[in-house]
Amino acid sequence: MSVPAELRYTAEHEWVSIAGETATIGITDYAATALGDVVYVSLPAVGDAVTAGDPCGEVESYKSVSELYSPLDGEVVEINEELADDPGLINAEPYGLGWMFRVRLTGGADAPGLLSPTEYEELSKSTG
Amino acid sequence: MTSDVTAGIRDTPLRAVHERLGATMTEFAGWLMPLRYGSETAEHRAVRTDAALFDLSHMGEIAVTGPGADEALDYAVTGWPSALAVGRARYTMLCAPDGGVLDDLIIYRRSADEFLVVANAANTAVVLAELRKRCGGAEVTDLTAVVGLISIQGPNGPGLLSSITSLDLAGMPYYAGAYGTVAGRRAWVARTGYTGEDGFEIFCANEDCEPVWDALAATGPAGAGLAAAGLSVRDTLRLEAGMPLYGSELGPDVTPYEAGLGRVVRLDKPGDFVGRDALAARAAEGPGRVLVGLVMRSRRVPRHGYPVLSGDGLSGDGLAGEVPVGVVTSGGPSPSVGAPIAMAYVAADAAAGPFQVDVRGRGEPASVTKLPFYDRRK
Repeated sequence: MSVPAELRYTAEHEWVSIAGETATIGITDYAATALGDVVYVSLPAVGDAVTAGDPCGEVESYKSVSELYSPLDGEVVEINEELADDPGLINAEPYGLGWMFRVRLTGGADAPGLLSPTEYEELSKSTG
Repeated sequence: MTSDVTAGIRDTPLRAVHERLGATMTEFAGWLMPLRYGSETAEHRAVRTDAALFDLSHMGEIAVTGPGADEALDYAVTGWPSALAVGRARYTMLCAPDGGVLDDLIIYRRSADEFLVVANAANTAVVLAELRKRCGGAEVTDLTAVVGLISIQGPNGPGLLSSITSLDLAGMPYYAGAYGTVAGRRAWVARTGYTGEDGFEIFCANEDCEPVWDALAATGPAGAGLAAAGLSVRDTLRLEAGMPLYGSELGPDVTPYEAGLGRVVRLDKPGDFVGRDALAARAAEGPGRVLVGLVMRSRRVPRHGYPVLSGDGLSGDGLAGEVPVGVVTSGGPSPSVGAPIAMAYVAADAAAGPFQVDVRGRGEPASVTKLPFYDRRK
């Protein structure tokens, strides 16, 4: 299971990459493996306001559906349009081409709830 | 998970193989089973276009033997096992006296006085108890713990299996079986499956399962071997083929008629059988609900238990004013159709549609289609 050191994580098995005022969000390798092939993802719309911890989309796999949460407060500035035609990118490259949405942060980048790679690894081990 | 629960979960004879292949395992009906080995879409497509292996050792295998076995089974199930020729098989049902389905079964006649009854894993204990009760005069033996089941399914399955079996597969019709060897091990090989493809099921002793699996895997591409497929795509494959699953389309509150399977109830056979009176009455009155196929016009996936509503919801009113007319029994993505599909029970007087499925509070329009969704002969 891959947990890149440069990212931060949530207990909902999402990753966050923060650059300046923008955060890029996706689901982790652990989550993608646990779900199996993703067949559809419903993302928030560009311009939507999102709130840390609130659901903002859905991830459908063969056997289940899971909610997608925003890890941070902000405004959605971009979504990964490629996923509409090829949701399998989430399984193939969860940290790369499988990214889901970008948020312009309104609450600053120092979100208290985010986990370090070490903390996330501990959490997913205890879940798995 | 506590150790007590873990101790209660049964392993198939192929657990080491699944671990070697890196399978994601899941508990199913008290057994630890492979859910998937990698990409589900790839496993599904392997079965539709090539071939793949399944471990189905969780299925119940019950032998009913003795001179009176044929007539005993005629009384126990809705079908007509005594009319089966040796080497042939039938899909049938075990019903309660009120006509409700206790399990759906495949019965093979292995010799004049020897039948093999294959039951769903979750129902094996019920089927065993009912057969022991109903089959006076015959011997009923549970083979589940000593017999494994490997299935090879897909258009290339017959050719691949041919290379390692003593049997003439080309001469074996659909729903037939014979004793022979596979990879030198004695097996009962049957042309049956649950995928909508041509394929074979290989029943062999537990200790022979791994060598048989390995020999089958070796008929695939050098290195990778023949693909393995897990329970996840077993479900999408059978759903595309319009085949019912016990616990979804079938249960004690459903008769075969509602499931569109009235043909398995042989009211024309001589003698009484359990459920005859109730089923004859149900056959005469017609079912109050019917099983329909739905193809979704959105990409959100309908799942077991979701309500089916009248109207296609395209008026823009959302769910307001729509009337519940049924419920989804099975749903999932369909690689062959290219859209999510579902089977659902709907009220007979509303079966023409249009429908929408309440997918977590939002109505998603669905088109009604004839079952099956996928037919390999088309």
